[in-house]
Amino acid sequence: MAETKQVERPLSPHLQVYRMRVPMLTSILTRITGNALIVSTILIVWWLLAAATSESYFNTANAVLTSWFGDIVMTLSVLGLWYHYLAGLRHLLYDAGRGLDIETAVKLGWACLIGSVVLTVLTVIIFQIV
Amino acid sequence: MRYLTDRKRAEGKGASGTGTEHHWFMQVSAVGLAFLIPTFLFIVGSALGQGREAVLETFANPFVAILTGLTLYVSMVHFNKGAQMMIEDYWSGSLRKGLIMFVIGLSYTIIATGLFALAKIAL
Repeated sequence: MAETKQVERPLSPHLQVYRMRVPMLTSILTRITGNALIVSTILIVWWLLAAATSESYFNTANAVLTSWFGDIVMTLSVLGLWYHYLAGLRHLLYDAGRGLDIETAVKLGWACLIGSVVLTVLTVIIFQIV
Repeated sequence: MRYLTDRKRAEGKGASGTGTEHHWFMQVSAVGLAFLIPTFLFIVGSALGQGREAVLETFANPFVAILTGLTLYVSMVHFNKGAQMMIEDYWSGSLRKGLIMFVIGLSYTIIATGLFALAKIAL
């Protein structure tokens, strides 16, 4: 097989020529949160596997997930999850051809940012009580 | 320069050869996850931090076991297709292919591990 030939194409205006605005920021965050959620997924599956295996293995996994480090990872993951959730709903709306004018897009961006923080605070409060 | 008209270039399933399959999958799985995730979050949030007996009891419940298995499967395929989009944006050539293979492998390893654990707990 011949090497993949890189064609020299003109580059479109890139990140540094645009001012960071809400729709841009919220789009980037969607990608970051979606991909970052793999970390907590691995931790949860590991914890489940440990529970299925033995008492001592479970104690190890449980200690990691409920340590201060685990608490930080899990709380950030809840924030990332709610953010990706709301941004995903927004994406479905965009796919339907709605909410694409600038004013609405900015509002929806703020809704994702603020909504995810509110839902995260609610989630943390609920699980403190339960 | 290939002498193709715009019409000809857009015909059939386009450059990917799979048409809008990828995008359609992301939409379907996104809607599915919109229903699954809140319940899954509640189950895991309630079980996390409890003793092993309580955790085993939670996931031995058929509803919880099925929902967890379903959430894991749908979310991991949604993840590998999403990660593929990111990889395609930032890398090219063999490294791109290798990274895509890695995330697909990783996602199916997580699915298999999770389903094994669930089977062991629930059956």
